[in-house]
Amino acid sequence: MTKPISVAAKTRQIVKKHGGGKSGMIAVLQDIQEAFNYLPKEALKTAAKAMNVPFSRVYEAATFYTAFSLKPRGKHIVKICKGTACHVRGAAILQDRFETTLGIKPGQTTADGKFSLETVNCVGACALGPVVVINADYHGQVTINKVDKIIKKINEEGAQS
Amino acid sequence: MVNMMIDGKNVSAPKGTMLLESIRGAGIAVPTLCAHEAISRSGACRLCVVEIKKGNRTRIVTSCLYGVEEGLIVDTKSERVLNVRQLVMELLLSRCPESDVLQKMARDMGVAPQPRYAVDTDKGKCILCRSCVRVCEEVVGVSAIGLFSRGSYKEVGTPYNEKSEVCIGCGACAYVCPTGHIEMISTGDRRKIWGRTFKMQACPKCGKFFAPVDQLKFISKKTGTSMEELSVCTECR
Amino acid sequence: MNENPDTQARQIMDNLTLYYGPKKKFVAICAGTGCRASGSLKVKEALEAELKKQNLSDVDVLATGCLGFCEKGPMMVIHPDKYFYQHVKVEDVPEIISKTVAKGEVISRLLYRHPETQKTLFREEDLPFYKKQHRVVFGQNGMIDPARIEDYFAINGYQALGKVLSEMTPEAVIGEVKKAGLRGRGGGGFHAAVKWEGVRRAHGDPKYVIANGDEGDPGAYMDRSLMEGNPHSVIEGMIIGAYAVGSNQGYIYVRNEYPLAVTHLTKAIADAREMGLLGKNILGTDFSFDIQITKGAGAFVCGESSALFASVEGRAGEPRAKYVHAVEKGLYDKPTVLNNVETWANVPLIINKGADWYNTIGTEGSKGTKIFSLVGKINNTGLIEVPMGTTLYEIIYDMGGGIPNGKKFKAVQTGGPSGGCIPESLLDIPVDFDKLYEVGSMMGSGGMIVMDETSCMVDVARYFLEFLKEESCGKCVPCREGVRRMSDILEDICAGRGREGDVEILEAMGKAIADGSLCALGGSAPNPVLSTIRYFREEYDAHIRDHRCPAGVCKALISYSIDAEKCTGCGVCVKVCATKAISGEKKKAHVIDKEQCTRCGACIQSCKFDAIHVK
Repeated sequence: MTKPISVAAKTRQIVKKHGGGKSGMIAVLQDIQEAFNYLPKEALKTAAKAMNVPFSRVYEAATFYTAFSLKPRGKHIVKICKGTACHVRGAAILQDRFETTLGIKPGQTTADGKFSLETVNCVGACALGPVVVINADYHGQVTINKVDKIIKKINEEGAQS
Repeated sequence: MVNMMIDGKNVSAPKGTMLLESIRGAGIAVPTLCAHEAISRSGACRLCVVEIKKGNRTRIVTSCLYGVEEGLIVDTKSERVLNVRQLVMELLLSRCPESDVLQKMARDMGVAPQPRYAVDTDKGKCILCRSCVRVCEEVVGVSAIGLFSRGSYKEVGTPYNEKSEVCIGCGACAYVCPTGHIEMISTGDRRKIWGRTFKMQACPKCGKFFAPVDQLKFISKKTGTSMEELSVCTECR
Repeated sequence: MNENPDTQARQIMDNLTLYYGPKKKFVAICAGTGCRASGSLKVKEALEAELKKQNLSDVDVLATGCLGFCEKGPMMVIHPDKYFYQHVKVEDVPEIISKTVAKGEVISRLLYRHPETQKTLFREEDLPFYKKQHRVVFGQNGMIDPARIEDYFAINGYQALGKVLSEMTPEAVIGEVKKAGLRGRGGGGFHAAVKWEGVRRAHGDPKYVIANGDEGDPGAYMDRSLMEGNPHSVIEGMIIGAYAVGSNQGYIYVRNEYPLAVTHLTKAIADAREMGLLGKNILGTDFSFDIQITKGAGAFVCGESSALFASVEGRAGEPRAKYVHAVEKGLYDKPTVLNNVETWANVPLIINKGADWYNTIGTEGSKGTKIFSLVGKINNTGLIEVPMGTTLYEIIYDMGGGIPNGKKFKAVQTGGPSGGCIPESLLDIPVDFDKLYEVGSMMGSGGMIVMDETSCMVDVARYFLEFLKEESCGKCVPCREGVRRMSDILEDICAGRGREGDVEILEAMGKAIADGSLCALGGSAPNPVLSTIRYFREEYDAHIRDHRCPAGVCKALISYSIDAEKCTGCGVCVKVCATKAISGEKKKAHVIDKEQCTRCGACIQSCKFDAIHVK
């Protein structure tokens, strides 16, 4: 059985994969987030050393771009499209529903770690608006009913496993 | 040398210099907040804007970063310029209501707070001019602090608001800050800045506590000068 | 083969077209992000399985990029007859193969039906959506599986590159693009050839060529569809541009929200390298060029050139003063050409067909076509490509099919968050760069959001300002603080806290923010507000003076009530109400407690009897 790789070692691997220099910063952060589902502090510190840039520089990029999360995210990441076409088709109503039912606001994760709520500005599937993307699955023409069904389904999934 | 017309005056300036210097050199006042001689220019505060005319095209530009050009016509007090400056001051006053520096500047410019803007209570006196970050990066070279997040959530500080391992307690950031937002408290043999307490070095000759030990160690490492030499304060050397 | 490297390039290209001739029989099924979300990949799998089952191995299945008529997805086009089928399901596949593919018979229920005549229409070109379009760039999507470079060769792909490398000097290339009058399709509308000339003349090494695929305008997905559906057209354009300006290194900056585009571009670049079209000594000449893909990470501001450069360089995407142009000091302070994805995709066309041909399309000041995304309250949602100069009326009514559910058109928003709203009275304006500026909007990247009587224009302004507030980089005071304050005032107005004089304050702020901001994000942020004030002042006044939202949108200014005559007492609304604001006995008219009601809209969505009214 292989030993699980440490956060630091994995981070160094990632930095190397992207050339080792600071211009790979965003790609490095994306891969770190892909590996750990968020950006752990240790990973950021290691990345700074490995890329030979000040820690504040890495933290600046990590906090500037909304694709990155400094806090652990949930198993199911719910992204509500807030693009103009979806807005005009009632996306705000869906956001309301998710917020009320899950008890969290965008940028937060439910206490049981099941759901993270995020908003995203246009995924480019406007004909299907309003769109909600959950992990890699696109849901189109979402109604309040569908929202309730989606939440129910995910909650039941967890109960079964 | 290039020749320009600034507020109706003929002004000549060396190639490669910025409008701001030419305008001030001609005796015309231009307000600035984010420009400082020790660091690179940022163009963030927008107070130094002027209206320039090239051919039949007019444009609003920040004089701190616009290079002098032959034949440029500059208006430092056009309606558009004054409106931008008024807007900037009104916005900063509502962001940092407790800053006396901003209040004085606004008074001098004849700008009063705009009551329609709700006043912030959590921004302190920071106008996000980035001078502190620039001096730490360009002059000191440790980049202990940075500007994090974006938009109105942007704030200055150390990563995670934790004690910085690379900060040397030199206080350059507090020195260049135009509003005095950065807190540096020096009492006796201790200095506190950015949440970290530094031990100060006492000069063996006059006994004054003049610099953090960490700062001297940093300089020693960088320049090769011995700690013994650096421990004597600049006045006694 | 001739030893001379210049004609060698041409010969290689000619040979490739002979080798990978076009296919006669194939089914093109749209596999763009939108249709995928509707299950088109499952339909594709079913097609492949069924073709095998029915022993029709000479028929190809092409998973293409976006075909444009997104409203009707999953859609397919069956060649050689070119029959257009819409809303295709997996269950339809066996019949499609046995009837249409094998015997050329059409299946009526899968055809498009004209909404007025009720006649079924067979081919793409017959449909009102497509009829007035001029799909010289986007139409290629229907003939290509983006993962197969051979498909691109089959439609004369890389012929332009072959011509350029064997017959044209860099100056000649720039001259041709200049003659064509190609203007940037990303929003700036700047003449591409002028940029190229600037970089060619500039001092500095290396020089860079970049495709801006950040497409941040919400509601715009043209670039996505080009990057996904025809990545080679962008790549070929960039190689030609690089040759023209003397660059050996290119980047394609792709939004983080477009994973499929990244996948397809990556494959296309790998394929192009393998065929000697990218990398060292392209097509045997001494010109070398390669492309790297960099992803964005969720920042609209990175569509701005200097912010994009900062992002590629690994920093926060903050713009900087552009008094020295990017053509002299761009990425890493080196001469850089930055053009939009659609702009690059136009280049091979211009080289292949010539600038004279290109000039026959469009208006005096805006040559060629533009791809627009037509979304919002419109019947035919999708991507259209029209000659510059087509009127908004033709786009919205002839191609877009008008407003659904019998509602009335109110406004069309163009240019994204940097643009403005255009009312009904101006629908006759021909769409081109200059005309749209004149009416207080702009073309932007090409997003067109249609709104009807149920859209509140004050809410629209509020929405855009909230968007810009979140996306502001925070560097300069007018944008960071000013847009925030404008947003606050609009929130107030929509919440019933608007004050007399607010409109005047917004107008004054708008002018100063436009003048004082460091980049175009802040510089054009006031546009949505100023244009809605210009054309829909009555709505602002109603909100501020009467505490009324005429369109029935702003929650604080409306109330929900149940029409006792229509209500059947079914109780469905009671179940979905999160605040338990509805009460009533079974089968008897229900009542909404206005104090408890948050106007979330759940009841209205669930009521099957249209019994809940908004006032």
